Amino acid sequence: MASLWEYANPKKFIATSDKVLPWVGGLALVSLIVGLIWGFWFTPEDARQGASVKIIYLHVPSALMAINAWIMMLIASLIWIVRRHHVSALAARAAAPVGAVMTVIALITGAIWGQPIWGTWWVWDPRLTSFLILFLFYLGYIALWAAIENDDTAADLTSVLCLVGSVFALLSRYAVLFWNQGLHQGASLSLDKKENVSNVFYFPLLVCIAGFVLLFVALVLLRTQTEIRARRMRALLARERMG
Amino acid sequence: MIALLVRDLRLAMRAGGGFGLGLSFFLIVVVLVPFAVGPRPDLHASIAAGILWLGALLACLLSLDRIFALDWEDGSLDLLVTAPLPLEGVVSLKALAHWLTTGLPLVLAAPVLAVLLNLPTAGVVPLIGSLALGTPALSVIGTFGAALTVGIKRGGLLLSLLVLPLYVPVLIFGAEAARRGAEGQDYMTPLMMLAGITCGTIALLPFASAAVLRVTLR
Repeated sequence: MASLWEYANPKKFIATSDKVLPWVGGLALVSLIVGLIWGFWFTPEDARQGASVKIIYLHVPSALMAINAWIMMLIASLIWIVRRHHVSALAARAAAPVGAVMTVIALITGAIWGQPIWGTWWVWDPRLTSFLILFLFYLGYIALWAAIENDDTAADLTSVLCLVGSVFALLSRYAVLFWNQGLHQGASLSLDKKENVSNVFYFPLLVCIAGFVLLFVALVLLRTQTEIRARRMRALLARERMG
Repeated sequence: MIALLVRDLRLAMRAGGGFGLGLSFFLIVVVLVPFAVGPRPDLHASIAAGILWLGALLACLLSLDRIFALDWEDGSLDLLVTAPLPLEGVVSLKALAHWLTTGLPLVLAAPVLAVLLNLPTAGVVPLIGSLALGTPALSVIGTFGAALTVGIKRGGLLLSLLVLPLYVPVLIFGAEAARRGAEGQDYMTPLMMLAGITCGTIALLPFASAAVLRVTLR
């Protein structure tokens, strides 16, 4: 019976992810190209927002992935703490910079979108503020990984930071909500609501979201492979120096 | 346990730095603010609560790396870890000692400095209340950050990068309570939220700090 935990074996992980990676990467590329071209050139302009509405195809998927990347890191950290699979710790490490970049993309596209529509690049709106705080959490997490030399110690400390950070990120999210009322609209996409954005915008947006998810998976797989190989190389070099 | 607390307090007072330094820093921040924003009493009054909170937070941050660094250098941290006392208790005591030497003086000094910044008299009680309820959380969260970075050389900057985002909820509710008080609004809701966060961090974070210390000293 094949179990999920087989992929905790680095060798098995690399072999399988090598096979999967071209497909995921290719699919990500295809759906991003299709989604963005569809979204940018083949959807009507919004009645009030004009062409600037089209940045939604970058803004919403990146914002979604910025949060999901942190959740993925949280799960990977939990797996590392409970089962001590090195691949899991390395996957969390690999996901952090990707998530940080997604956060930056969401913030920047949001600013570009906000300028013509709200008339300002930045407001201290709950959503915007909590994204900025999320970005700070990413920075701290990455910096802690970089600062510690011993790999296992670093994996342990960053996992605890990720757990504590998740609680405080959530806390900040609701504290910020209490602190200031927002300009940002509520969630426009959800699975259980009948009212979503109009279908002309909805389907290309879904394709773009799929593209971002696949892109994230591909990048994390690739970066995890790199981390595993880098660690192997260090071990080999250390052995050579010893011998 | 009490012996440990007394030892930490004595070290903080006699070694120079801990006790007076945070307080002096707080004073300097408050003195510098009017120079930065210009001599306008009405403006000072409206930002006083926020400035005092920010100053307290930074003064607290400044003294965090001393919580474990000295014990780590001379090896007494190893002794504390192997001592019969649970490590969670040691960590909580360290946080308490930090609060007594940093947080409590700030709370006591805040009303005097509030006068300098022209804070309305109605705002003094909520300011003291929010600081008294919030600074323990700052110490406990800071102890967690200090535990994370204890083994890292030149970890000071990293410590602030890790700890400051964790301070966000405390700062929001604390400063909000003080601000509402100064403007004569009802300040009980943010104050109670702040108290809840403080209780939660005191109850849970020492476990995380102790786990982190055990990893570092493995």
